[in-house]
Formats: sequence, C-alpha cells, structure tokens
Amino acid sequence: MDLAFTKEEQTFREEVRQFFRDNVPPDTRRKMIEGRHLSKDEMVTWWRILNKKGWGVSHWPKEYGGTGWTPVQHYIFNEELQAHPAPQPLAFGVSMVGPVIYTFGNEEQKKKYLPRIANVDDWWCQGFSEPGSGSDLASLKTKAERRGDKWIINGQKTWTTLAQHADMIFCLCRTDNNAKKQMGISFIVFSMKSKGVTVRPIQTIDGGAEVNEVFFDDVEVPVENLIGEENKGWDYAKFLLGNERTGIARVGVSKERLRRIRDLASKVESGGKPIIQDAAFREKLAACEIELKALELTQLRVVADEGKHGKGKPNPASSVLKIKGSEIQQTTTELLMEVIGPFAAPYDVHGDDGSNEAMDWTAQIAPSYFNNRKVSIYGGSNEIQRNIIAKAVLGL
Amino acid sequence: MDFDLNEEQRLLKESVDGLLTDSYDFEQRKKYMAEKGGWSKTVWLKLAEQGLLGLPFAEADGGFGGGGVETMIVMEALGKALVLEPYLATVVIGGGFLRHAGTDAQKAAHVPSIIDGSRTLAFAQLEKNSRYDLFDVTTTAKKKGDGWVIDGEKFVVLNGENADTLIVTARTKGERRDTSGIGVFLVPANAKGVARKGYPTQDGLHAADITFTGVEVGPDAVLGNPEDSLALIERVVDEARVALCAEAVGLMDESLKTTVEYIKTRKQFGVAIGSFQSLQHRASDMFVATEQARSMSMFATMANDFENAKERSNAIAAAKVQIGKSLKFVGQQSIQLHGGIGMTMEAKIGHYFKRLTMIENTFGDTDYHQRRVADAGGLV
Repeated sequence: MDLAFTKEEQTFREEVRQFFRDNVPPDTRRKMIEGRHLSKDEMVTWWRILNKKGWGVSHWPKEYGGTGWTPVQHYIFNEELQAHPAPQPLAFGVSMVGPVIYTFGNEEQKKKYLPRIANVDDWWCQGFSEPGSGSDLASLKTKAERRGDKWIINGQKTWTTLAQHADMIFCLCRTDNNAKKQMGISFIVFSMKSKGVTVRPIQTIDGGAEVNEVFFDDVEVPVENLIGEENKGWDYAKFLLGNERTGIARVGVSKERLRRIRDLASKVESGGKPIIQDAAFREKLAACEIELKALELTQLRVVADEGKHGKGKPNPASSVLKIKGSEIQQTTTELLMEVIGPFAAPYDVHGDDGSNEAMDWTAQIAPSYFNNRKVSIYGGSNEIQRNIIAKAVLGL
Repeated sequence: MDFDLNEEQRLLKESVDGLLTDSYDFEQRKKYMAEKGGWSKTVWLKLAEQGLLGLPFAEADGGFGGGGVETMIVMEALGKALVLEPYLATVVIGGGFLRHAGTDAQKAAHVPSIIDGSRTLAFAQLEKNSRYDLFDVTTTAKKKGDGWVIDGEKFVVLNGENADTLIVTARTKGERRDTSGIGVFLVPANAKGVARKGYPTQDGLHAADITFTGVEVGPDAVLGNPEDSLALIERVVDEARVALCAEAVGLMDESLKTTVEYIKTRKQFGVAIGSFQSLQHRASDMFVATEQARSMSMFATMANDFENAKERSNAIAAAKVQIGKSLKFVGQQSIQLHGGIGMTMEAKIGHYFKRLTMIENTFGDTDYHQRRVADAGGLV
C-alpha cells in the first residue's frame, strides 16, 4: 500500500497543468471561476484545442483516438482540468454516445461518428428522460416504428441538457410494445435538424435554461441509425451510465470551489473582521474539506483498483462516489452563500453573458447554489444510488 | 499509488483473522471478560506466539519491523472481533514510546518481555482537567539526585489496572499549560507510592485512576528529553489515533455486516424488514459512512510517515474527524435497525456500539480535531 504518486505521475501532472495554463483561454477560465455559463463557441473552441493536443477523448481506446493512459493518469488529468478550471469534454458525446458506438456500433458508424465526436463537429445531446419516465426510465414511451427503410419517431423527451446547441441526439425509443419494458427499447441516433424535432427551453430555478423539452413529431430517421441490435437499447443505456464511475465525484470541482471560499472568506467581513476568523465558519469549512479528502481517497481507491484489476468488477466503494460527490458539491455552494451573506440577493438582471463586466459576479453565487440542487437528482438520483448499494452491495 | 496489500501483509491478515475466528467469537469473549483482569492471558500469549506483539519493533530489538500498514491490519482485525486484550496500550502506545525514544538499555529491559507477552504497559496521561490537550500536565517530576520524584493524579488509564509498567507524563518545568517542560517516565506499576484504583470501562475494557505520591524512579526511567517531550508524546498519540481509526473501521465493518444480516432475517408484516426501503437506505448510508472512514483510516496510516509533523498531525486529526462522524452514525443506526434486541446486553451489536462510542472520546473527539484542522488552515 502506497499513497504517493510515482515520479512519472507527478511529471505527468506538471505537463497537464502547464498545458492548461498555456492553452485554456483566460476568459473561459474566468467565467468558470465566477460560475457563469459559457457560450457554445467558447466551449467548442476549448475542446478543439484539447482535441488537437490529442486529449479530447483521452479515455477512448487508442485505435479511436484515445491516449492509452493509466486510470491514475486519467484521474490526474480530470483533477487538473476541474481545478484549473476548464470545461470538461462534452460528456454526451465523449463519455456517453462515443463509447456506445465504438463498443456496439458497426464499422460504418464508427467511421462516420467517432472523429466528429472527438472534434465536436457534432454537438450531441441525450434523449433519455421523459415526462413520465425519470427514475423509472425503462417505462419510456417515445416510439420508433419501422416503415420501409426508415424509423418514424414520435414522443417527447425532457431535461435534455443543452439541446439548444445540439446537432445530434442519441435516443432511447420503444420499438416493441409487447416485450417486458426493458426488452423493447432501442438505441437510435439522429440529427436534431430533422423535420419534426422541436426544442423548447425549460427555465430552471437559477434563471438559466440549460435543459429543454424535445418533441418528436413523425421524425424520419434512416434505419442504419440504429446502434447495435434492435430492442437491446436498455443494455447499452446501462453500459453508458455505468461507464463513468469515477468522474462523477467531481473532486476537482469541489476543491477549486473550496479554495475560492477560503479566498473570499478572507476578504468578506463579519463582525468587523474577515469571516474566516469566525471559528464556527472555519470549522464548517474544515468539515467540508475533510469530507472531500475522504471522498478523494475513496475515488483513488476505485481508480487504483481499476488500474490493477481492470474495469470489469466495480469496486463496491464506487457507489459512494455519486452520493458523497453530489452532497459535497452542494455543501460548497451553501458555504459560498454563507460567505456572501446579504449580497447573495441582487439578481443579475443583465444575464450572465459576460456583457456587463462591471456587474459584481457575486450575483452568480445564489444561482449556482440553486443550480447545484440538480447534482443529487441527475444521473440516477441519490435515492436510486442508495437502492443500488442496498441491492448490489449489501444484498438486501 | 497502490491500496492493495502485498503478499506478506495478506498473510499477516489471514493469520490474525484466522486466530481470532478460532478463538474470539462473542461467547468466548464473554468468558475472557470474566477472567481475572478482564481479558485472557491465553489469547495474549497466542498473539505473542504469532509474533503480533513484536510486530512494530525493529528486528534488531527482536521484533518484525512492521510499519503502519501492518498495525492497521492488526487493529482492524482486533476491532472486528471486539478484542479486550491491551494491544493498543502495550504494543502501540507503550511500544511506541520505546521505539521512538527508548535507549538501547531501556529497549533491552522492556521490549523482549512485551514481545513474549509477559509484560503489559499503560499510558498514564489524562488528568482531571486536561481533557484532550496533551500539554496540559500538572503531575510533577522533580529532580532528586540522579533520579526523579513523581507526584500527581492520572485518570482513565487504559490497562492501568493490569499493567506491569506505566508510562507517565509529568511536568519537570513551567506552568500547567506550557508546551515545554514535559517529560515521559517509565514507572513500575508496583513502585512505592503508586496507588491504583481499577475499574471496567463502558466498553468492557479495564482502566484505572492512578495516584503517584512521592514515587521515586532512577535516571533510567526517563524516555527522551525530560524537559521537552511534547513532540514525542504527540508522535506516539498520533500513532494511537491512527490505530484507533483502524480499530473503528473493523468495528464498523462488523456492525454493518451484523445489522444487514439481522434485517435480512428479522420478519415483520410477513416479510424481512430489510425489504423496506427506509431501512435499505439507512443501511446504504451506513455503508457510505464506513467506506469514507476506511479511506481516511488508510490516509491516516500513510500520513503517519509524513516527515512534516504539522502535516502529519493535521492529516491524522482529519481522519479522526471522519472516523468520529462515521462511527457515531454507524453505531447509532446499528442499534436502531436492530430494534429492541439491539438494546440488550445479550446481543453483540450493542457491545460494538459501546466500543465505537468510547473510541470517539479517546485522544480527541470530533469537535476537538475539527477545530485543530480548522485552526491549521484546513485541508485543501
């Protein structure tokens, strides 16, 4: 047992860190620190820089453009990326549909889609949740009917993140109504520009509109857009959701935020002195840092395990990552709220497009707190995670 | 970076687990508890036979040169089996002082008899008002000729009732809460002027309140610098905290396992109560708490080798915070999920809860260590 990173790993960390310092556009970094939303252009620009370096799809197999890094290297890369901070690669393409395509797709599909995912030539979105199918995803109703050489798709998806930017969607559709609910689902990809696709933004409590409703009205999709086998979509969806076990903890994100809290707390005053000198606040901050350290260690245990024993059998500790990771992210946004106190109130009436530089960015703290309530809901709510632990780990 | 045990460590784990599986089930434990002194000499000699009492000592001193990971393995196993024998007091703490500060002569005088199981030790540190501050010492050691005269009162000295040798912190200079002027002394438990009042503790172990009245010891009783040994005390107590973290992980593992088994078999409303989601989620949260504790126990074990004493102490304090929070949750919920039966002396779960609870209040509780981490500038 040895906690220390090897010399090679430390050198790798330096290399990664230096690359981010030299290449992340400063404005992008600033906006992320301030909790502002980035424009599509800003994100795509950065991802193409990353892709040019060969790090756009780092965890893919080498033959499709991956790096061949060890799990520890991936961990270091993600931590540095989150801590810089810079936008993480677009999960919908790079972490979700990409691996499904290179694992279950045919050669033609791999050739057609993978390079475009890597370079974000297509922006992908995820068509999973429906108004009546949240945690009970397998009950989904969006229908794909085979007609000649086409699928005809009808139905509605919701919570579709950044669908307003999307060129492509990967969609779970019901293709067999008579089978058991998990058995009649297929994994179909198609263009968001298709006739019959309507995107309607959902305004969230933070005032943003990063999620959408997406409607399909007799959308025609070529039959070859089915990935893998018909009616096997549920298996691919499970594969997709189980694929990214360790990134979900977002340790780097919380670390960066805690540093920011410490920094702010040494400036903002309470009782005539910086709030960091308030013992109660300081202890609360320390408590969060300790929880994060425990989570970081838990994550490293999972990462080291994958490095040694492969990804086949997940370490039971991995189910801890989503629950604790999301709780800690939420705590950090609460602490920010506490630091800023009454100045959490002013509403950023000019929007957060960065056009009003004079606007005190503290206006983003409350929206960020509101927005972060989502992290214990998405990706399988924390209650679903507890079901998984009870069943898969404890055998209840 | 590697969290796996190496081959030797795996063998150690197998051997200690095997020994305790054979000789330490809950019924056997009750018998040991009823023996003179409250623990089993036979089991202690078995631990000696397997080399466990010599584990952390250098090979030159007759030990096995084991490190932090080896101690973690043993403490986890001892926790899992709810062992009563004074491993922490004798091997981890007593042995720790000898390893870190003992002269060759002191080691020669004490270590072989620790390793063969014939001598146990106790650390007489806590005072009436010192609480968790290791530097808060009013017991005095005054120079007399070559030697020293010790006067004062120590409380809740773990294994103090049975120990052959006491390791006593005493002030040689300065005021009550000065960080300098503290010495550490080896005192034979049967020395003239030592009065021990022994009693069982809440978790079934044994301790003593000890009064020192004009206790005379020779120059060979001094461990380290008699006028400046706080760093030594902190070093050894940090090791004790790390060991307690590992013991707590073993206790939590077994508590969770026992509780999950119970709710799988206990039926109400015609079904196993473990089929109810509210109980499943509670058990899942216990699992999360246990894993977070395990991570920090490993962290503390490795931090124990940090060269920078401040970083070491800060990391170990952080671990004690996580362990304190986890053990409270796991302990309390184990009782809750057992229901009425969890309230009885007859069921083993309550005994795990009690030991966990006592660990929380040993060498600094959660609040104490959280404050230390906060005052040290945090952990990011």
